[in-house]
Amino acid sequence: MQTALLAKVSNKYRRTDLPEIRIGDTIRVHVKIKEGDKERLQAFEGMVIARKNAGLGETITVRKSSFGHGVERIFPLSAPVVDHIDVVRTGRVRRAKLYYMRGLRGKAARLRERE
Amino acid sequence: MIPGILGKKIGMTQVFGPEGQVVPVTLLKTGPCVVTQRKTPASDGYDAVQLGLVEFVKASRISKPASGHLKKAGVDGAKYQRELRLGRGDRDLKPGDRVLVDEFRPRDKVDITGVSKGRGFAGFVKRHHFRGGDASHGSMFHRAPGSIGGSSYPSRVFPGMRAAGQMGSQQVTVRNLEVIEVDADDHVLMVKGAVPGPNGGYVVVRRAKR
Repeated sequence: MQTALLAKVSNKYRRTDLPEIRIGDTIRVHVKIKEGDKERLQAFEGMVIARKNAGLGETITVRKSSFGHGVERIFPLSAPVVDHIDVVRTGRVRRAKLYYMRGLRGKAARLRERE
Repeated sequence: MIPGILGKKIGMTQVFGPEGQVVPVTLLKTGPCVVTQRKTPASDGYDAVQLGLVEFVKASRISKPASGHLKKAGVDGAKYQRELRLGRGDRDLKPGDRVLVDEFRPRDKVDITGVSKGRGFAGFVKRHHFRGGDASHGSMFHRAPGSIGGSSYPSRVFPGMRAAGQMGSQQVTVRNLEVIEVDADDHVLMVKGAVPGPNGGYVVVRRAKR
């Protein structure tokens, strides 16, 4: 019964509007950014290389290459700052964490598309 | 206003605040409680209510004197009973009155008392955060206390010297926790931060003294 009450809270804050995101997918995350009293969306496009935790604390790590430098951002999936997520491209991978991508660049850092 | 309420810790999780920030919260199953006795200055010398947390208790688990006491308030089972002092601004409660969590509002501040998790007979490092020595490199001094006093002067150990001993399983109060949400249907109170004790442990929620 106690876990049921915890589940009730998690269901209330849980988001259901996000698409299915798999490891290796290239996604575009639209983040709400507040500038003064105005709010705008900023997109961050990159490859999902890790997915951690479960429930309300679930996060994804998105990696992209920006002017030759690797940039990674960790997004909490249930956070309201994430406005929406587009899946740009799928990727076929054989492991859950793609940390080996950090050592690869350019053509070597490509993934085959998932069927 | 009610002075406070009794409850049971459900567990912790996290929610998102209005600005999108992560808020660590503890869920408490608070109430329904029933006033089992009213103490008045005339009869007892002070003003207080005795609350019982209403929950399912096997009849054989309650002694006959206790069940008689509960019956007077019209309660079947209450394992956890605590007394709360009544102060100014508190509602006058009578035996048999129900105390529910819906009298708390988000942004209220509460003090929460519980019995902390028992750590048994704990050493210096765990109990008082002493640093201890190196684990290797021939150190020969690992988790021992070090010097606890001089040999010629004072040639005794000063009272109150921090030492190994029982840690936890003692009453702890955390003050000024913010109420985040109140779920009156399920009698659930959500407060910001951690609450002493294990999940399933009993707690007293009082309005913050400040």
